[in-house]
Amino acid sequence: MRTILFILQKEFLQIIRNKLILGMLFLMPVVQLIILGHAADYEIRHINLLILDQDHSTVSGDLVHHFKASKYFDLLPAANKYEEGLEQMQRGEADIILEIPLGLERELNRGESAEVHLTADAINGVKAGLGTKYASRIIYDYNVERGRAAGGQIITPIDLRYSNWYNPKMNYATFMVPGILVLLLTLVGAFLASINIVREKEMGTIEQLNVTPIKKYQFIIGKLFPFLVIGLMELTIGLVIGKLIFHIQYQGSLVIVYSFAVLYLIAVLGLGLLISTLSDTQQQAMFIAWFFLVVFILMGGLFTPIDSMPLWAQKLTLLNPIRYFIEVVRMVLLKGSNWMDVRWHFRSIFIAGLILNGLAVWNYRKTA
Amino acid sequence: MSRINKNYIVRAKNLTKRFGDFTAVNQINFEVEPGEIFGFLGANGAGKTTAMRMLTGLLKATDGDAHVAGHSINGSPEKVKYSIGYMSQKFSLYDDLKVYENIRLYGGIYGLTGKQIRSKIEDILEELNMTALRNKLVRDLPLGWKQKLAFSVALVHDPAVVFLDEPTSGVDPITRRSFWELIYRAARRGVTVFVTTHYLDEAEYCDRVSIMVNGVIEALDTPQKLKEKYHARSMHEVFVHLARKEQ
Repeated sequence: MRTILFILQKEFLQIIRNKLILGMLFLMPVVQLIILGHAADYEIRHINLLILDQDHSTVSGDLVHHFKASKYFDLLPAANKYEEGLEQMQRGEADIILEIPLGLERELNRGESAEVHLTADAINGVKAGLGTKYASRIIYDYNVERGRAAGGQIITPIDLRYSNWYNPKMNYATFMVPGILVLLLTLVGAFLASINIVREKEMGTIEQLNVTPIKKYQFIIGKLFPFLVIGLMELTIGLVIGKLIFHIQYQGSLVIVYSFAVLYLIAVLGLGLLISTLSDTQQQAMFIAWFFLVVFILMGGLFTPIDSMPLWAQKLTLLNPIRYFIEVVRMVLLKGSNWMDVRWHFRSIFIAGLILNGLAVWNYRKTA
Repeated sequence: MSRINKNYIVRAKNLTKRFGDFTAVNQINFEVEPGEIFGFLGANGAGKTTAMRMLTGLLKATDGDAHVAGHSINGSPEKVKYSIGYMSQKFSLYDDLKVYENIRLYGGIYGLTGKQIRSKIEDILEELNMTALRNKLVRDLPLGWKQKLAFSVALVHDPAVVFLDEPTSGVDPITRRSFWELIYRAARRGVTVFVTTHYLDEAEYCDRVSIMVNGVIEALDTPQKLKEKYHARSMHEVFVHLARKEQ
């Protein structure tokens, strides 16, 4: 036990003297949260819409007006031919083309149904998908309005009203900030810890430790504990920023969040330690850590909802520690979930920590 | 087993290390007596460092065994570690810790009490004339000072035997001389010194010398006897004679 204290003293002294690490530890959360929190937004605005109005009627004019009034679309100057529109799309200027064919008004007035045609540039799938959805909605609304004006009730179908629970204003920062916090903690654990240990290998200082009777567990605890502390500090900084800058109301118990963070950090620190036992240079450690992090982050549910992944990919995410933490943070902070709601997450991350640290300790050798 | 070990602080028996097809250390046998300064000579790549790394428990032996301070390096490597000090070829104290912090760290790891650590710090600083440098970061010291500090830290727990791997490589002749004075002082206190070097003038300072060539010990005796045997005037001639024979 006393040995661990000496190792801890050394680690903290080294961290405090390392300006780069200190800078990263405190600047990284601030910069990432503030920039990503504001920039990472799933809502699509400024969709460039090109309207080909071949009908030039009152009805088509009305419809165009509805699009103009929408906050999602920026209207491009009208074109006359569909080919012209396609050219603009080719150049990347138009995202969606709305074609109103000749005879729209006539057919509608005859009580027949008429068609308008939407063409979307699906290079950016999200923009195309949401854009056509918004456009359909506008056309649908217009239909309903026309029906009402005509005095017919049959045309009014089921009226949908939305309300967004847990994030009533659909504030994306509320949604993103907890996720970004998770990424920060992961970086501290997997990156910094593994690089720190590999650095001792590179410098040769680990040899001097390996000829001493220090026990494996003493070395490992001495190495990992400081990063656990740093991780919890990052979490605290992040939560404060979320509150003060993004005005997120934390619904649930912070005790749950911190308890989970401790288990989570132990798991990712185990991963970092495992990476350090597998690499001889800081570069190797970076590459391996990078590989894991990219997969974990992209499959973690922060940028892509896990529910919309194919089933096999959903199953794979069960192995991803980031997934659990993101869910817990969102559930507890935004929904106010309690211990019982997240007990499954606690169990999973605990097992992950056991396995990762077990592998790391098993693979760590004092003797080559 | 215990009887033999009582007389020798280090005893290697058929100690062997193979890396794939390459045999770095090939069945070497030797004994080191307590209190001796034992020189371990050889050209680069002769296997000195590999042998020393096995004796200090940094490397597993492929075959054979050695007893260091009464414990087998295969059977109880962790017990060996309490009785040995080690100074690696590459400087391996912490650059970003202060002089006294390095001493305190290793004192603590070896289980010295707080009081022992404090008095060790004072003793070492005084012996090395570094009292004024106590609060300096190690990275700011000249190489010669770093080496001397590393040597003293290797001795912080008063080990029975200390292994020095080319401790004077890269330092100037004057510093080398004062480094050897430190070695003599430690030997007078009863510490066995096991030292590799390729400075052949340093070989003359050793009580006994072994010369390794291509993984085997070609010669082992006092410098005086080796010179007589090979009709050489200096250890340099002995070394060249043995090394050339191999080629």
